[in-house]
Amino acid sequence: MTARGAEILAALKRARVEFVVALPDIVTSDALLWPLARDPQIRLVRVCKEDEGIGICAGLAVAGRRAVLLIQQTGLLDSINALRAVGVEYAQPIALMVGLQGKEAGVAPARSAKFAVRIVEPILDALGIAHVALESRADEALVGPAIERAYAESRPVCVLIGAPPEVSAP
Amino acid sequence: MMKRDECLALLAARVREEAIVATYQAAFDWMRIAPRDLNYLSIGAMGLASSHGLGLALGRPDRRVIVLDGDGSLLMNLGSLATVAEAAPRNFVHLVCVNRAYEANGNHPLPAAERLDFAALARGAGIANTGTLATLDAFAAALDEILTAPGPVFRALEVAPGAPSPQDYAYIHGAETRARFKAAFARPIRTASP
Repeated sequence: MTARGAEILAALKRARVEFVVALPDIVTSDALLWPLARDPQIRLVRVCKEDEGIGICAGLAVAGRRAVLLIQQTGLLDSINALRAVGVEYAQPIALMVGLQGKEAGVAPARSAKFAVRIVEPILDALGIAHVALESRADEALVGPAIERAYAESRPVCVLIGAPPEVSAP
Repeated sequence: MMKRDECLALLAARVREEAIVATYQAAFDWMRIAPRDLNYLSIGAMGLASSHGLGLALGRPDRRVIVLDGDGSLLMNLGSLATVAEAAPRNFVHLVCVNRAYEANGNHPLPAAERLDFAALARGAGIANTGTLATLDAFAAALDEILTAPGPVFRALEVAPGAPSPQDYAYIHGAETRARFKAAFARPIRTASP
């Protein structure tokens, strides 16, 4: 069964995430971004380009505040230099949640027929960035530990969201 | 037109608890003029100074954050003006050193170099308190507002390069520099003695 948006949001709150920095992604729009926009507990920072979010999350982390950058994989690919410099070389805790637009349901990202999906994990591997794949309800439990790992080890960690999560009733 | 280092020296004489986020040539001048732990220098290049500054400002609303940006740098991240306008942190100041060239990379001119109006770009993005300062007297007169007015505040500084500054990239990118800033940024704000 598909992962539930409400459970992912609950996991962010349990991981003491105070800010979500986001640029809309069609995979996570309905189940995550719209609910976040209405959520009084988490501040949403809307950005114009995904690499802005790398800088904002780094600044927040230096200030001792936890954030998640919620984007699409196209934006991740556009942000590689910022992720390389700020996340990896400066060792900053950039917690990424990335929708894999175009991935086929039930297919591992590396086996996707879509080039823009298939290359994501190898690129993260080349950068030395840890990643987990989230698609089913069983994967919901991966979110909290991924965020905790980013902050515990002060490094980027990426949750790859392979299908639109289930939308909860408002 | 004012010299960048003379302009920054006026700012350095006034800053106390403000965090300074500096990039490119402004960073090198600032490091020479005002070496201090509250300097945030590890930007990662490609125009992200304003974004780092926004994160710092949102994360620590009681401490003023002043970004010393470059014009070529801001052009790489123009969307950050709209992001700042929406987030609207009251403790955020964006000063852009306008010399109309990519000074750090061979002094090549910016696109539309002589026509760009950075204050107009900021105003058009939704930042109300914007302006352009072209002389040292004007900058000195604006310092009170730069240091105290509710943000976001944006000023384009029309500058020419001043005395050369050492380009210490190892210091800018150093882990120790980041650690010192983080510790200083976390400290409580000291209020002025009566």
